[in-house]
This record gives sequence, C-alpha cells and structure tokens, in this order.
Amino acid sequence: MSAFTSVFSADNVGFLLQGLLTTIGLSVGVVFLSLIFGSILGILRNYVKFIGKIAGIYIEIFRNTPLLLWMFACIFLVPSSLVPSATLRGALALFLYTSAVIAEIVRGGLNSISNGQFEAAKSQGFNFVQTLWYIIMPQCLHHIIPSLLSQIITTIKDTSFLAGFGILEFFRTGQIIMGQNIANVEKTTQTFLIFGLLAVVYFVICFSLSCVVRNWKKRNVDVTK
Amino acid sequence: MSGNGPFALFRWEKLFESWDQFALGFLRTLEVAALALLLALAIGIVFGVLSTTKSRILQGIVRGYVEFFQNTPLLIQIFFYYNGLAMLGLVLGKFAIGVLGVGIYHGAYVTEVMRGGIDSIHKGQAEAAQSQGFTYVQTMRYIILPQTVKIVLPPLTNQAVNLIKNTSVLAMIAGADLMYAADSWASYTLNYGPAYVVAGVLYFILCFPLSTWARHYEERLKKQGVQKEVKEQKETNVEVAV
Repeated sequence: MSAFTSVFSADNVGFLLQGLLTTIGLSVGVVFLSLIFGSILGILRNYVKFIGKIAGIYIEIFRNTPLLLWMFACIFLVPSSLVPSATLRGALALFLYTSAVIAEIVRGGLNSISNGQFEAAKSQGFNFVQTLWYIIMPQCLHHIIPSLLSQIITTIKDTSFLAGFGILEFFRTGQIIMGQNIANVEKTTQTFLIFGLLAVVYFVICFSLSCVVRNWKKRNVDVTK
Repeated sequence: MSGNGPFALFRWEKLFESWDQFALGFLRTLEVAALALLLALAIGIVFGVLSTTKSRILQGIVRGYVEFFQNTPLLIQIFFYYNGLAMLGLVLGKFAIGVLGVGIYHGAYVTEVMRGGIDSIHKGQAEAAQSQGFTYVQTMRYIILPQTVKIVLPPLTNQAVNLIKNTSVLAMIAGADLMYAADSWASYTLNYGPAYVVAGVLYFILCFPLSTWARHYEERLKKQGVQKEVKEQKETNVEVAV
C-alpha cells in the first residue's frame, strides 16, 4: 500500500489530472472541429463537381497515410511563427487526419439516402442547402452514428500519439512518473501501477462511449426491422 | 524548389543519395504488416467463431479480449510490451513487438468483423447443416465461413489499411520501420520535407489500392443488394397484380 501512496502522491495525482484534462480537451476540440470539417468535405465530395474532386483528393491522401506521419510533418514543418505551440500543431495533424476519416463515414451515410428525396424536397421549394440541413443530414446522421462514435473513440486513443512529441497529455504524464526515482518503491511495481492506471482510465472513457454505440444499435435495430 | 526552403532541390538530392535507408525501412514495414495481418486474421477467425458458440465462458473471454484491446490506445500497449514486459524478464525484440502488438490490437477489430459476418448468415443454415450430421466445426468450415467471405472482405481490407498505417507506431520505440527511417534521416540531415513526402508516398502506394478496391467492392455489393430488393419487390407486386 505504501508503494501505491508514494507513486500516487498528491503532486503526481495533480500532474496526471492535468494530463488527463489536456487529453480530454484535445479530444473534444479535435472531434468537434473534425465533425464539422469532415461533414463539409463529405458533402462536397458527393454533390459538388469541381471542388468535390479536390475534396476527394484530400480525403484519399489523408486516409491512406499514417496519422503519425502527419504529426511529424505538422510539428516539424509548420512554422512556429504560424502556430506557436507544439500541442496545437500536433492537434492540427489529428484534426486534418480525423476529418478525412469522418468525411468518408458521412459520404457512406449520404449514399444510403435515395435521390428521390432531393427531388421531393425541391418540388416543395427547398433549396439545396435547406434540403441538406432539414431533410438529408438528419437521416444521414441516424445511419452513421455507430461508425461516428467508433471513430470518436479512435480519435481519443490517437491523442496518445502526441506523447511521442513530448506533449504533456495523459500518456506522457504517466511516462514521466514512470521515470521518477521514488524512494522505497520497486521500479517494476511503479511501472505496473502507472500502466494499470493508464489502461483503466482510457478504458473507462472509451468503453462507456462504446456502450452508448451498442445501446443505440440495439434500440435502432428494432425500429428498422 | 530552389534556395533554402524546406523542399529545396538540394534536400531531394541528399535524399536520393541515401535511398537505401528508406528502402530498408519500407521492407521492415512490409514484413511487420504482413505478419501482423496474418496474426490478426488468425485471432479474428478463431475468436469470431468462438464468440458465436453457445458457451458463455468462451463468449466472455472473447468479449473481454475485444473490449480491452479496442478501448485502450495501441501506443500504450506497445510501450507495455517494450517497458513493462521487459521488467518481468520477458525482453522482446522490436520486430516481435511490432508483429505481436499490432497483430493483437487489430485481432480485436477483425474478431468483431468476423462475428458480424457470421451473424449475418441465416441461423437456419447452421441448423440445416447440423440436421445433416455436420459437426459445429464442419458447419463453420464448409457452410458458414465460405459465405461470410463476401460480406467481410471490404471491412477486412479497411482493417488491413489501418493495420499498415498503425505499424508506424513502431517509430516511437525506434523500430527501424519506414516512419522511423524517415524521421531519423530527417532529424540527422535536417531535411524534414522530402523525408516525410517520400514516406507518405510509400505508405500511400501500399494503402490506396487496398482502400479503393474495398470501396468499389462495397458499393457493388450494395447495388446488388438494392437490385435484389427491387427484383423481389417487383415479383411480389406481380403476384399481387395477378
């Protein structure tokens, strides 16, 4: 028990909490912005001629290259005069990458809606944007919520990549405490306590979200069948 | 392209002088990805089948495995094999960590894909096969799994793409893969631009054909499904009309 209290001293717990808050903040911000940008990209790729092609190229480039590559590229190549903090440059990479994945999910949802709906809406005097906002997107969202939530879980897990760049998110703070010299605590115990904590916390966050996915799926199978 | 910008010409010249480093890294990425994919498929097929048995214990084990590995970050799993297991005296090479770490992580996703595929085949088929004296394993091997192939192929291919991309986490433990080769060469020569572009192009060459194929295949399947539905509807309409 004393090993436990020495590893999780007040200072260390505070430090870990700060890391956790950074992870949560980064996740919420990146997910929110990627949902918006990803939806726009998906809609453009599906319905707009020339810009759609460009959106398609963007999506394919980001979807077929590793996230880590974009983190390296953003952190080392985006000038710090433009984006001063490394954390923000890392988050930028995660945002650009996640948007491409979400765009494809949105496109899948849009494809499942028949074109007749556009014609019907048009006949009632809706313009294109109104049709999308009031008729198409609500149905699309209904279809893709499970895939969206899985992608959100993946994005939360992906924030841990930022640890590799010294950004003080949750995993990095854990790693730093793993490296501390704590008196009278065996190194193995210390390492396993931290790994255990990291696994449990990430698990609780992601698993509760995936339970939401499963409940949603269950509720909606009944509606459609 | 000229001058001293991040993509200046002389930086590219330097890169092509040390192309062999990138080739070695690319080869290592290919090896890790291929072996990890085999491992993930093996785990996925066995666990996917097990999760559809009636045994509560087997189902529980599979669920526990899937949930744990899907809901914790891959990077932490990799570091656990690298730092944690070493402290227990189990020192794995970086190549082995890459194959095991990425393979076990994606095995959880493949398990879910397989389970979904098996579930989508009508239960009546399994019952019919068993009434003809097929054992459980025979039913799976000869009746159910061959039919799931068509359904699970697109999501499995997408998993393969994610797996290839995720082998890049090896760079975090200096795993000699493509990402590591690119980054270490970049930080050694201070030519970041060309190094990342070349690494990106190489990953893209691997992933793009796979993900494009999966998308087209899936769209074709959907169209076939729609046509089948329309046909069935027409047939029932005809019946009604008659």
